[in-house]
Amino acid sequence: MTVVYEDHGDEAAGAEVPMRRIKFSINGQKKIAEVEPRLLLAHLIRRGLGLTGTHMGCDTTNCGACTVLVDGQPAKSCTMLAVQADGHEISTVEGLAGAAELHPLQEGFREEHGLQCGFCTPGMMMAAKALLDENPDPTEEDVRWALSGNLCRCTGYQNIVKSVLWAADKLRAEG
Amino acid sequence: MSQAVDEIKIGGLGASRKRVEDSRFIRGKGNYTDDITLPGMLHMEILRSPLAHARIKSIDASKAWDIPGVHLVLTGEMMATRNLAWMPTLSYDTQAVLATDKVRFQGQEVACVIADDPYIAKDACEAIDVDYEPLPVIVNPEQAMADGAPVIRDDKENQAGNVIYDWEVGDGAGTDAAFAAADVISKLRLHYPRSHPSPIECCGSIADFNRATEKLTVYMTTQAPHIIRAAVALVAELPEHMIRIISPDIGGGFGNKVPVYPGYVCSILASILLERPVKWIEDKSGNLISTGFARDVYLDGEMALRQDGKILAVRMHTDADHGAFFSDAQPSKFKIGLMHSAFAAYDIPVAHLTARGVYTNKAPGGVAYRCSFRVTEAMFFQERMMQAAADDLGMDQAAFRRMNFVRDEDFPHRTPFGFLTDSGQYAKCLDVGLKAVGYADFRKQQEEARARGRLLGLGISTMTEPLGAGNSREYDILGIKMFDSADLKVHMTGKAILRTGAKTQGQGHETTWAQIVAHELGIPAEDVVVEEGDTDTAPFGMGTYASRSTPVAGAAVAMVSRKIRAKARRLAAHLLEVSEEDIEWELGRFYVRSRTAG
Amino acid sequence: MYPSRFNYEAPRSLAEAIALLHDGGDYAKVLAGGQSLVPLMKLRFASPDLIVDINNVPGLDYHRADPDGTLRIGALCRHAELERSDLLKSTQPTMAAAAPLIADPIVRTRGTLVGSLCHADPQGDWASVVTALGGSVVAQGPAGRRTIPLAAFVTGPFENVLEPDEIAVEAVIPAAQGTRSGGYLKLERRVGDFATVGVAVAVETKGETVTRAGIGLTGVGGSTIAATEAAQALTGQPLTAESIGRAADLAAAAARPRTDHRGSADYKRHMVRTFVVRILSRGAVEERAA
Repeated sequence: MTVVYEDHGDEAAGAEVPMRRIKFSINGQKKIAEVEPRLLLAHLIRRGLGLTGTHMGCDTTNCGACTVLVDGQPAKSCTMLAVQADGHEISTVEGLAGAAELHPLQEGFREEHGLQCGFCTPGMMMAAKALLDENPDPTEEDVRWALSGNLCRCTGYQNIVKSVLWAADKLRAEG
Repeated sequence: MSQAVDEIKIGGLGASRKRVEDSRFIRGKGNYTDDITLPGMLHMEILRSPLAHARIKSIDASKAWDIPGVHLVLTGEMMATRNLAWMPTLSYDTQAVLATDKVRFQGQEVACVIADDPYIAKDACEAIDVDYEPLPVIVNPEQAMADGAPVIRDDKENQAGNVIYDWEVGDGAGTDAAFAAADVISKLRLHYPRSHPSPIECCGSIADFNRATEKLTVYMTTQAPHIIRAAVALVAELPEHMIRIISPDIGGGFGNKVPVYPGYVCSILASILLERPVKWIEDKSGNLISTGFARDVYLDGEMALRQDGKILAVRMHTDADHGAFFSDAQPSKFKIGLMHSAFAAYDIPVAHLTARGVYTNKAPGGVAYRCSFRVTEAMFFQERMMQAAADDLGMDQAAFRRMNFVRDEDFPHRTPFGFLTDSGQYAKCLDVGLKAVGYADFRKQQEEARARGRLLGLGISTMTEPLGAGNSREYDILGIKMFDSADLKVHMTGKAILRTGAKTQGQGHETTWAQIVAHELGIPAEDVVVEEGDTDTAPFGMGTYASRSTPVAGAAVAMVSRKIRAKARRLAAHLLEVSEEDIEWELGRFYVRSRTAG
Repeated sequence: MYPSRFNYEAPRSLAEAIALLHDGGDYAKVLAGGQSLVPLMKLRFASPDLIVDINNVPGLDYHRADPDGTLRIGALCRHAELERSDLLKSTQPTMAAAAPLIADPIVRTRGTLVGSLCHADPQGDWASVVTALGGSVVAQGPAGRRTIPLAAFVTGPFENVLEPDEIAVEAVIPAAQGTRSGGYLKLERRVGDFATVGVAVAVETKGETVTRAGIGLTGVGGSTIAATEAAQALTGQPLTAESIGRAADLAAAAARPRTDHRGSADYKRHMVRTFVVRILSRGAVEERAA
């Protein structure tokens, strides 16, 4: 990777930009990155890694569109610094599907019409994955509770809940 | 093949299809505006005013220019030298792109910075020094019309106060006479507060001006790409055929993504000046404080009633809070938008509607959320007045409505506000509803519960909602009639590509339009790819909002499919060596009519 | 959305962290969960020069009871751990009731109780709980450790008494003298919103007699309110409908709510009263509020 700066001729006002070298894994792949400490994890994912499935929809940590898994636990990637990923495993929506197939959550959202514009969907699926990893047989109430940090403006949530329950059924059936 | 194709099997109308668009969204492979990166792209951030009303004494951007990574700082003064500080609105007003003399709402765009990355652009915005002289702030129509209120739009010649318009429709004198003869007068005052559409995805654009080809390409979160192309041509004075607007995947619209925002205009100018792509993505705070809102209308309503419940006359006065710039939209025929449709369900002999619009120190808008042209406000005010009147009369809510409905035999019916309805069975409709909820039983339950101290409620609301803006006889935006278009190409191998002038933001056009083609032509829906949003390829349309797409663009899809079928009929006759009259059609095939059919 | 520039260190020991803060200059902040700090930085309401990230300091992610019953919660103990905790469910009804109501489930995987107390948001839920339980914060600096009762720890909205080179390492809940009961109820317009009204009640009984009580109120004043008079009205007697009613009235009187878009002052005071009654009338059973 090449980084190019403008040469202003004079000594640029202000200190050198502090950069940190971090090592992390993303969807099972090991990476090294040089980042400014203030870079948000969501921006490392979207711009640094080009994984644009993780979306940003607010600036107050409310909407959950940016939800990823950090060491298997759901986190709002807009409210973490990229440097905090050092030494950790990040999972995004792009890592859900296997080589040939969709993850049952992805299938569930398609089967049960769990999306319209699709913008909140990756965040919903990642939060749901964290739920199902811990509780493979959730009740509807469990699903609503687990997704209460994720907002959707299109669907009214009913089908999102159904999609997650569909996925839970399929995952249990697969053993 | 000796039989018609099974329409359900091929995904025609009535078939339940899984959504085509889901495939990319569930994989996180959507293509939203902020997902797009162009070579050499720069990033733009907007500096917004912290004050709602203030004179700008000076803007010092020198420290911003000095920050490494900053390429351009745009101010209103710079925009003004290019005649771009103000732009026209859809309501024949003007709106500031970047503030010059004053800021007129909290959050108004004052300057923007284009830099290597948005972090630096934000740093530079913070380094811009704006010297404001605060002015008194007006936040509602009452304040706007008070004696001595500061004039917000002192930039406009002949703008004496803060009133934008004073319109009326109906018969004032006749209404007054009816009120004078009334047994009961019911009054109601309401405020329908401002609401924000707030899709999860904010607004944004990537403007890319290519100096070598003189072509401007803009990726943009817009529900109406062709309207934007026309607007950009007018505002930026660029030739329309050299402008390409691409609306990619949109994360929710809700009317929020119809207006032309200053951010779009600034990103376009910046790209022209810098000859590099410039991306502007709004943050949610900026969106909430400045985006095209919905509603914010006040009602003063009165109903003249006969003792037995017959409505004799209706008087409505509305005050609309338009914010600092009048950037609503309404068809030329209905000055007060679809407020004209108020009381269309009822047989009102005479009525008078007066509407005033005022400027306040708030963000401009009014057209969002079902892009309603005010129909939502009209229905809300109407039904709340009906409810108040029934209460004032001591009459049952359902009975009151029933006795005042337009009767089946009285269609077509033109309302006192000029609205035309052509058919209906309103009493029957009410009956179906009341039966479904077990109305009579419910009233009994309600009484029993009340005796036990428990309050149960049942509400009735009738609406006549004009959808599908619209028939071009009556609906236009800035004189452009509100039609839509479809373009269908069938390839040699029987696959097809369909493009329309609509723009889906989650409505599922990629799935449903193909079903219409399947229904008309017998081509499997999965063999029809649907594209929308690129003005270089999509036929002209007015975009998607106000529930218009299926009745208008969808109808165009059906019609264009039939044109293809008509053309195919001629070819079939030629290939089957018969005349066209001898060709019959059933889904998926032409065949020669049997002469022996009895 | 974009924080201003800062320097960043991620020490691997407490001593290192304290040294960094000591040398760190005027404006350094400790980063633990970051679920309050990072949002402030993104909106540029906070622009520290140096962030000292303590997430790599070992030995801080515990919550445990001492043999005498004193509960200690380490600086890196996440809300989610407290939400799942069997220890809390069986011994700390007020805390167990509050844990699921903090922010939202995703924020709870990273946010910390100690961080929440340090952040000193007047709308913070944990502060009311720890107030009701008479808890303290343990700070560690170059000079050593000190224990600061919560009432003395918070000096104003978003202000605490920590020295620039001190780190809050633990929250302490004193051991109960009797049987614990109580709960936390929170009225919020939606999950993740600040409380319209939150009420923490912590009671200890010996036999039928209440030996200790504490009531903390969230969101009905410029800061967390310790409804001391209300709590005192419960002690030295059994819990009866009458004593509960009196305490509820006093708690409502102690509230200083403002009328705003979340509700009128009267409504909020009414809810304070209602919540006190609800919590105490159910004994040790905790419940989620609507």
